[in-house]
Amino acid sequence: MRDNPVLRIVAKIIIPVILLFALYVQFHGDFGPGGGFQAGAIFAAGFILYGLVFGTEALRNAIPPGLLRFVIALGLVLYAGVGATTMLLGSDYLAYGALAHDLISGQHLGIFLVELGVGITVSAVIVTIFLAFAGRNDP
Amino acid sequence: MLIEAINIVLLGMLVLTAFAAVRLHDLFAVTMMFGIYSLLAAVVFVVLDAVDVAFTEAAVGVGISTILMLATIGLVGRHEQRPAHRPLLPLLVVAVTGAALVYGTLDMPFFADPAAPVHQHVAPYYLGKSPEQTGIPNVVTSILASYRGYDTLGELAVIFTAGVGVLALLGLRRRKRPSKERPTP
Repeated sequence: MRDNPVLRIVAKIIIPVILLFALYVQFHGDFGPGGGFQAGAIFAAGFILYGLVFGTEALRNAIPPGLLRFVIALGLVLYAGVGATTMLLGSDYLAYGALAHDLISGQHLGIFLVELGVGITVSAVIVTIFLAFAGRNDP
Repeated sequence: MLIEAINIVLLGMLVLTAFAAVRLHDLFAVTMMFGIYSLLAAVVFVVLDAVDVAFTEAAVGVGISTILMLATIGLVGRHEQRPAHRPLLPLLVVAVTGAALVYGTLDMPFFADPAAPVHQHVAPYYLGKSPEQTGIPNVVTSILASYRGYDTLGELAVIFTAGVGVLALLGLRRRKRPSKERPTP
């Protein structure tokens, strides 16, 4: 597929749109359908399309495996860290009201951070699984 | 009435797709059937007003798992091997299990029954209190991330474990021969 110019150009145009839509789904999840799980899958789809069109070697150059391993853990640590922070602030685990001066903005901040953690880990895990499977075919 | 007709058509197509996936022996076509199955399931979720679930099904079921199955076919070849034994015993096990599951559903409340226990327990509290307690318009997000934060943390831990498991079993190959492609200064 690497030699098909139509595919290469279309992929280059469409990948930024996919990533932008994933960010929209991530940060608009409070107001409409969407959230971290969906956004993570769509964000990973952008990288997978890059890997399909330009080869897994190019994808591995774009995201080094060491960085991917780090990012997989980062999302979960962010989620659990929000819980630890609310405990340090004197409230229950994952009780977001303690994060800000009033309950509503605390909930907004907490849900924002938690969904961000979900999106980060989900997208990194999906890209990792794709690379682990598809990368075995490389010479 | 119209909703019932749409549901019957969609569920009928789900059954047809499942049978086609079982009967076909070309794994590439079977993967396409699985993708169509997931897309139909996503449409069923939209009809049931579960838009968030439909979104997840469309992104993960149709997109990501189809890609992963295609990547696996690239490794193992696209033609199914002939089974070494007769399919009678597995068929019996599947039929008995399916019959037991259908028998179990007879005790469940009817579809969309407002008196069902699931609509009486905590759901009215969440639906009533979510706007003033969280200030978030999408009640699915407020339940998932706030009221049920522990469960979502557990789900994320499951996904994390899946990623770590794949890394441990298959691993990611490090970049080889970087010196040939990009000479280091």
